[in-house]
Amino acid sequence: MKTNDMRARRHASWWAFLVHRVSGLLLTLFLPIHFWTLGLALESEVALDQALRWYQHPVFLFGEWALVLLLAVHALGGIRLLLIEFRPWQGLRREWIAVGGLVALATSLLFLNAS
Amino acid sequence: MNQSAVKAARRWYWQRITAMGMALFVVIHIAVMVYAMNGGLSASEILGRTQGSFLWALFYGVFVVLVSVHASIGLRNTLVEWLRMSGKAAGVLGNLIALLLLVLGLRAVWAVTFGSL
Repeated sequence: MKTNDMRARRHASWWAFLVHRVSGLLLTLFLPIHFWTLGLALESEVALDQALRWYQHPVFLFGEWALVLLLAVHALGGIRLLLIEFRPWQGLRREWIAVGGLVALATSLLFLNAS
Repeated sequence: MNQSAVKAARRWYWQRITAMGMALFVVIHIAVMVYAMNGGLSASEILGRTQGSFLWALFYGVFVVLVSVHASIGLRNTLVEWLRMSGKAAGVLGNLIALLLLVLGLRAVWAVTFGSL
């Protein structure tokens, strides 16, 4: 690995990139499970209900909270990228990363509070 | 410009277009989740909202199409950059994921709209 790479990786933008990519990958992996679960409604309402009951186990509740956090982080990180790419240049805008992270965390906690 | 550069630019463009669309869809999806989660999820709650609803079917149907395009491009880029896969191989895998998400996703939309009616 080039030394230049390591210096770049101390920047908040690199972490924003990493979080965006990893959250995107995890969300992509989750979607087939999500769709399969909802597809149980083809069988019967009872089949879907059984799966949803199963997901109420604490392990899955943690997973659901994590998924909402991942979705919110990915959406806000994506909006940041769109603004950087399509709006006029305005400097480094590092604070957007922190704001995005905080809003995503708050959103996931709102979901946790409701569940 | 050579053909592969044109295709790369087109993928970049489509990932952004789908992202712009989904920004709105995700906000609504999260809002519905927080609202629906009140007191836990049940099949009757979900199906009560979606069954026979043209609007929800349209909303989730479009959402599925957008996410299939968006996620497959992202996966393709990741396979090339992180696993050093060739563009061709990553493209095939990306298309397969797009197809999988599209089929499973539209099947799910169909299930919550018309299933067990």
